[in-house]
Amino acid sequence: MSGLLALYQDIILDHNRSPRNFRKLAHTSHEARGFNPLCGDKMTLYLEVEDQCIRDVGFEGSGCASSTASASLMTERLKGMTLEEAGRLFHEVHHYLTQPPDTPPSRASTLGKLEALGGVRQYPARVKCATLAWHTLEAALHNRLEPVTTELEPDADR
Amino acid sequence: MATWIQAKKTLDLKHQMELARNDFPILGQLIHGKPLVYLDNAATTQKPNAVIRADTAYYETQNANVHRGVHSLSEVATSLYEDARKTVAEFLNAASPSEIVFTRSTTESINLVAHVMGRTQIGAGDEIILTELEHHSNIVPWQLLCERTGARLKIIPILESGDLNLEAATPLFGPHTRMLAVTHVSNALGTVNNLAPLIALAHEQGALVLVDGAQAVPHLAVDVQALDCDFYVFSGHKIYGPTGIGVLYGKRSWLDRLPPWQGGGDMITMVSFQKTTYADPPHKFEAGTPPIAQAIGLAEALRYVTGLGYPAIQAYEENLELYALRRLLEIPGIQLIGQPLKRASIISFVMTGIHPHDIGTVLDQYGIAVRAGHHCAMPLMEHYQVPATVRASFAFYNTHEEVDSLAQALDQTWSLFHP
Repeated sequence: MSGLLALYQDIILDHNRSPRNFRKLAHTSHEARGFNPLCGDKMTLYLEVEDQCIRDVGFEGSGCASSTASASLMTERLKGMTLEEAGRLFHEVHHYLTQPPDTPPSRASTLGKLEALGGVRQYPARVKCATLAWHTLEAALHNRLEPVTTELEPDADR
Repeated sequence: MATWIQAKKTLDLKHQMELARNDFPILGQLIHGKPLVYLDNAATTQKPNAVIRADTAYYETQNANVHRGVHSLSEVATSLYEDARKTVAEFLNAASPSEIVFTRSTTESINLVAHVMGRTQIGAGDEIILTELEHHSNIVPWQLLCERTGARLKIIPILESGDLNLEAATPLFGPHTRMLAVTHVSNALGTVNNLAPLIALAHEQGALVLVDGAQAVPHLAVDVQALDCDFYVFSGHKIYGPTGIGVLYGKRSWLDRLPPWQGGGDMITMVSFQKTTYADPPHKFEAGTPPIAQAIGLAEALRYVTGLGYPAIQAYEENLELYALRRLLEIPGIQLIGQPLKRASIISFVMTGIHPHDIGTVLDQYGIAVRAGHHCAMPLMEHYQVPATVRASFAFYNTHEEVDSLAQALDQTWSLFHP
């Protein structure tokens, strides 16, 4: 699958149209904000963590299809995960999205649906759109309050 | 009969601009297998052969440093560089070439003025008036100036149409007003500002006026004496010239009075460790080796544009713009951002449920180059409550067929996101 079809797979368009968990939580224990100054994408991520386990998750913000779908798919997956599992998932997704296009997921991959995010890899300028939610998650896991910006680490996403 | 003459005129214009298009070698290429449709002219324009050749000829046969050698090549380079200044002066109808300072860009020209004004003319409690339409480059230098001096910014708001709200502007001017910095044409909406009443208001208070002409000069004839602004700035690369060259026009009386900006060679008459005396304008503001090839290339670009003629350029571009507006409004989900009374070849829009960056990416697959983003005008995006817009910006070398390609590709984009 190449080009636009890979970038805008049905699942991406669906999550862009109807993002899941697009809401503020009543009880938030972890919160972080992400910002992509290049395109103006913004998001706030809310986690409700109890006994090291993510009970609920929500997000708000505005961004392109890749950034919205990435955040939506991420929140779906996070529910029920331990903080440690969420940290591992961040690394796995980040590694996958910063590989050259067409690199298949590893054999031990736990990506599942998240593989659909890989379409951005053919569009170097758009990789940051898909990684924004994940960098924001990483900040939330470490309770870092200052907003994450994708531009502070130019090498992280190529 | 009259309509027949009108139709014939339109055809002649189309033919003239089709021929002109052939002067731009870059426009013939394919992007993703499709003919390039370049609609990002407000970001930068493409260069005609005449400009590319002038650059090559300079480096092949004329290159030397200016204002210092007694050898022949230096004299050639110096006279070409100073001739370029004359060309710019005529282009803007400045009173004298000494009112033209070459800089690196519009941004550098504004920073120069803001800096030297801050050293002698603006202090704590003074007010600088900007507008909601400004590009970041006509906001941030003044903010930096305010931080240094304790001066304050006041902002002229816009109406929903994207025109300046002149009624709300009037009470902003007062005895503390020292400066008005205003764009001639909005880079994000295309609004052509009616400058005369604002300049009059500023001058009534004894304030100076800087006009950012970066988006104006490619589309309309500018006469700085008729405008009566104190400073007018623009960039070479947005008017079919090279990158790395900007222009600062300043009234001679002000250039005489203001202190120099950067220090260095070329801007002095006499240096000793005790005291340095500065050169007269414009050289007082041109420290170091200037962008020589770029100035010569800019002069060539200005000759090219005036050769085509502003009446022809304006008539053709207005026709193309109207056609584009009509075609865009046929597309489902399109909402124009700003509908100014007068616009200069820039159309900003959003589509329901599709982020501008996604539109930009899809259009690129069809070979169409547009800008998607905040256009370095975040306060303006804030006003319209949009994170970004898609901006299609036209030049005389764009065609009606290219507008059709844009419309078709936008239709496809809509279908992709709204199956």
